[in-house]
Amino acid sequence: MKPLWQEFTKGFNAQLPPFRLVLGLCPALAVTTTVEGGLGMGIATLLVLLMSNLVISLLRNIIPNSVRIAANISVIAGFVVIVELMMKAYTPTLFNILGVFISLIVVNCIVLGRAEAFAKKNGPVRSMVDALGIGSGFTVSLVILGLVREVLGRGSITLFSEANVKFQLLPQTDGYVFRLAVEPAGAFIFLGVILFVINLRSKKEKVAQ
Amino acid sequence: MMEYILLFIAAVFVNNIVLSQFLGICPFVGVSGKVSTAAGMSMAVLFVTTISSMLTWVVVKHVLIPLEIEYLQTAVFILIIATLVQFVELFVQKVSPSLFRTLGIYLPLITTNCAVLGVAIMNIRNEYDFIHTVVHAFSTAVGFGLAMVIFAGIRERQALCDIPGPLQGTALALITAGILALTFTAFQEVM
Repeated sequence: MKPLWQEFTKGFNAQLPPFRLVLGLCPALAVTTTVEGGLGMGIATLLVLLMSNLVISLLRNIIPNSVRIAANISVIAGFVVIVELMMKAYTPTLFNILGVFISLIVVNCIVLGRAEAFAKKNGPVRSMVDALGIGSGFTVSLVILGLVREVLGRGSITLFSEANVKFQLLPQTDGYVFRLAVEPAGAFIFLGVILFVINLRSKKEKVAQ
Repeated sequence: MMEYILLFIAAVFVNNIVLSQFLGICPFVGVSGKVSTAAGMSMAVLFVTTISSMLTWVVVKHVLIPLEIEYLQTAVFILIIATLVQFVELFVQKVSPSLFRTLGIYLPLITTNCAVLGVAIMNIRNEYDFIHTVVHAFSTAVGFGLAMVIFAGIRERQALCDIPGPLQGTALALITAGILALTFTAFQEVM
């Protein structure tokens, strides 16, 4: 068995979502027009992933194999509702920015994928470490994507609009610096280019070895 | 009538579900290798989206709101969709084996297609009545099919090209999707 630490770090290298593990693309593209959107979405996904991995791992010997997907989706849906209600109560502005995508965590392939690939075969502690690794990898990826898109697109960094924590780095005209970066088309292109750069680097590493 | 036509055009072209709202990207990237599979997936999505939107609308208006448990919406919707997909699978298998052979393999994938759940939630958020819900769900699914088939056509051509190593696969697919999305933004000026 792999040491616990490696279950955590794999979320940052071999299985970094959504770049290495190409799952959860919808939220990664939709909410990363600002840093705040990426961060909020990442943390919400992390929370759901952590709790659902724990519960599914605890129930793994009780749930019959034939109904496991339906059972897993019910567990995940329960935690999504909890996160949804908490965000609505404490961070209403962020809740409105993320909109429909908070509810859609329930069909995020990363969450269901970790339940299928990991939590149903491993104990609760390992499953939680796995969830922490993959979840924080996802959060960091979304923040990076949000950072690139917001700085290029609007020239600013928004961290928490509830308390108006926002930095303006570049001067903008009509609210934009480079409009493509915050448009839907730009989301696809930027994610594609980042993926290209990562592939390029991992290829070099392979050659070096 | 005009209202419904506008809703249709807006959902298919202007607010295309994949290219401007980012729902259903996983099947969009995953099963767009060939035009025939893309078309099969789109038909399955059209079928399930329309029926699930009708069902979820009725459940919200006649069960969740009277019982004052609207906060359970997400959990209830996903269960309805999962059950519906299973039911549709059995039904199609029984009634039309030939249709089942074409759609069968795509049906289980639809449960986790966020477009289906996304449309159901949007119908409620936009406070549509029943007819609007049906038109909106149908036209959104048509938009999904349109994007899917065009994209699969492009990727079939790309398969014949000599693509540099690091660009192969998802990276090129995303950049291509970006350019396709750029052409769709032209419709925004029209509306």
